[in-house]
Amino acid sequence: MTLRSESPALDLRGISKAFYGVKANDDVDFELRQGEVHALLGENGAGKSTLCSIIAGLYRPDTGTMHVYGEPAHFRSPKDAFAAGIGMVYQHFRLVNNLTVAENMVLGNADLRMRYSDVDIERQTHEIGNRYGLPVDPQARIWQLSVGEQQRVEILKQLQRNARILILDEPTAVLTPQESDQLFRTVRQMADEGRAVILVSHKLHEIKQVSDRVTVLRHGRRVGEPVATADATPRELAAMMVGHDLVLPTRDPNEHLGDVVLSIQDLRVRNDRGLEAVRGVSLDVRRGEIVGIAGVAGNGQRELAYAIAGLRRPVAGTIALDGVDITGTSVTSRIARGIGYVPQNRLGMGLAPGLTTEENLGLKAYRKPPFSRGPFLVPKTFKDVGAQLIDEYDIRGVRPGLPIRLLSGGNLQKALIAREVTQQHSVLVARSPTRGLDVGATGAVRNLLLRERDGGVGVLLISEDLDELLALSDRLLVLFEGRIVGELTSDEADPARLGLLMAGHVEETA
Amino acid sequence: MNDSVLILTIFAAIGLGTPLVFATVGEILTERSGVLNLGVQGMMLVGAVAGFWATFKTGNVFLGVIAAIVAGAAISLIHGFSSVTLRVSQIVSGLALTIFGTGLSEFIGRAGTPALVGSPSRATFSPILEGGIADWPIVGPLIFGHDVLVYLSWLVVAGASYYLFHTKLGLSLRAVGEDPASADAAGVNVTRYRYAHVVLGGALSGLGGAYFSLVLVPSWQDDLIGGAGWIAIALVIVASWRPWRALFAAYLFGAAGRVNFTLQTLEISAPSNLLAMIPFVLAIVAMLVLTSGKRARLLGAPAALGVPYAREQR
Ligand SMILES: Nc1ncnc2c1ncn2[C@@H]1O[C@H](COP(=O)(O)OP(=O)(O)O)[C@@H](O)[C@H]1O
Ligand SMILES: [Mg+2]
Repeated sequence: MTLRSESPALDLRGISKAFYGVKANDDVDFELRQGEVHALLGENGAGKSTLCSIIAGLYRPDTGTMHVYGEPAHFRSPKDAFAAGIGMVYQHFRLVNNLTVAENMVLGNADLRMRYSDVDIERQTHEIGNRYGLPVDPQARIWQLSVGEQQRVEILKQLQRNARILILDEPTAVLTPQESDQLFRTVRQMADEGRAVILVSHKLHEIKQVSDRVTVLRHGRRVGEPVATADATPRELAAMMVGHDLVLPTRDPNEHLGDVVLSIQDLRVRNDRGLEAVRGVSLDVRRGEIVGIAGVAGNGQRELAYAIAGLRRPVAGTIALDGVDITGTSVTSRIARGIGYVPQNRLGMGLAPGLTTEENLGLKAYRKPPFSRGPFLVPKTFKDVGAQLIDEYDIRGVRPGLPIRLLSGGNLQKALIAREVTQQHSVLVARSPTRGLDVGATGAVRNLLLRERDGGVGVLLISEDLDELLALSDRLLVLFEGRIVGELTSDEADPARLGLLMAGHVEETA
Repeated sequence: MNDSVLILTIFAAIGLGTPLVFATVGEILTERSGVLNLGVQGMMLVGAVAGFWATFKTGNVFLGVIAAIVAGAAISLIHGFSSVTLRVSQIVSGLALTIFGTGLSEFIGRAGTPALVGSPSRATFSPILEGGIADWPIVGPLIFGHDVLVYLSWLVVAGASYYLFHTKLGLSLRAVGEDPASADAAGVNVTRYRYAHVVLGGALSGLGGAYFSLVLVPSWQDDLIGGAGWIAIALVIVASWRPWRALFAAYLFGAAGRVNFTLQTLEISAPSNLLAMIPFVLAIVAMLVLTSGKRARLLGAPAALGVPYAREQR
């Protein structure tokens, strides 16, 4: 342990912030010490990002005071926060996609000379990347980078400005486990250099792994006092976070295995660049079972899901629903025939951000009564059905008449699943349905999927989360480079075997 | 050689294109900050009448130019306030500005005694060089034969291009137009940039308008500039938000406005009303071709163009 100074890097007292009358932060105290990694833990919508944005000068608190290294601080903009040595890596990156890495690095930096040369800023970017073991290509444009690389740029940007206080808002949500480990090493290095780091997460094992202390937020309020990470068990932290003891649901053996409902033969699908991403996949899903598709991201999961949902036309092969070939049919007709689809990107594909929650919940049923009569919508049905679903699926933060995009990620996902699940259907395709969700919401979503299965629906669960696949799937298929390279029953499946298959080690069949 | 039809046409195209150069570069700077200002026509008219009025009062064309710049900048503030501060629809606000500016210019044109309408200009700009190198073949008229405002427009183009792509302010400006939330998080003052470039655009539009009332016509009448403001807005797209391309696009449109005359010289007869439509038809076709589908994005339209920015809004 390095020597820790006693003067707090940050001292927040009584911070409150409301949006449209809902308190995102409610009388929160927060203290950050120099040289520590301080985890901020809380469910989706607990107010973590709001608190961080206040510290970073993006939001102005309604009430409360803030001191930075003992000095009172009243930030009017992120610029003021930079001047005080505070830098933040936002949950949704704040990089200008069309500019290069180097340009993003210098953007807004007060130290830059009025004239700049591309060569100079590219050299600087290169140097700082090497110094922290975070190599990036300075000439690349942001949209050309993977999310992991984009995050590296965000971190380097803060380091280049010499941020003494660094805020990382859910940095691992978009990273692979290996990338996360690398990130944690960087975080540790920064803390050891005497910087103070706020790490936002709802993943308990990460918090155990890297943080010194933990502050827990629930419904905008701080729960208890900050605790030393070493003194708290993951279970205790989880209980603080959700307010009660919580165990994630897992499957029971399935009892009512029915007929094959979805049958895919020799399917070939191209990706956005026109290359074949699904290269001859055949699989069956029966009523009353959950079939898990495991695989490292980018092995054809997206294209497979698109093809089944009708969003992309396969180049070859057939898709049959209850024995009827539906390969060439439209999305609308597939919805009508009973295919439900829970996409990965909620606001991009599943929900209309500008419509209200009730409208979104009725978005797939509005063509038929009771949602509409002839060409006219029936607002009352939207309202009643909406209210019932919001209640049943515990969708929090809904404000009547306001757009759904104001909800937090977990609640968006619950809304989306509620809508899909209430449709009459025989097949449900879910892509990483709990990605980015906290434990509470994860449990709710898992229960929904299991309930569907027990109700006789065939569920295809496409996910990169091994725990989730193992907990829910009756059968597991491994997708590697567009082909199915292994099939395991729930009894045979274990993380080690799956891991090998996912890496492309095809098992010898005896 | 210097009085061949080609040289004469190019020379005239430069003159007719110059007000478009000012207004287009101005609108490029405004749109690069993410603000769409459809008030160019109104701002040009107000600049034109203000420039004419000041020259009429003082007899000094340079004071006229300054008055035009100030007037264009001043009325652009209306759009700045409604689109940046009040965040109303930029399309509605810009159209309102054009209607207001047109009406205001007509009012000013008739208000005083003697009224500006119908009065001759007391001064104008003439080419700075007469004879000498201005008589050299080809380069003489095309490079050395212009008035000072043409050279100023070249400076404006070069300056705007350098500013956009080689200075810190230009980088911040482009970021504000692409992704204001990210620019804000990086410490760039989005509101300040947007206001500044709306005003800059207004100033240049005003100057472009004055080129009509002080050089091209030179006098004042209602709707003096034709549809030049609308052409400038189209030219921004044709030029794909780049100043140098705007220069050449403006001259091309200048030439189109001159077809009538050129054809007459060549003794080809054509109905002049139809020929007068050419620049507008060209603008519409260019816009349709260039903005269809995803092309506008590829061309370099600022991603946040027309979208108000509110920091705490999701
Ligand atoms: N800019 C905003 N506008 C409206 N509501 C917001 C905004 N930011 C956050 N909220 C609301 O505040 C609450 C807390 O959100 P947030 O701080 O993002 O939570 P967390 O980061 O812990 O998931 C949520 O109910 C969310 O909907
Ligand atoms: Mg958050």
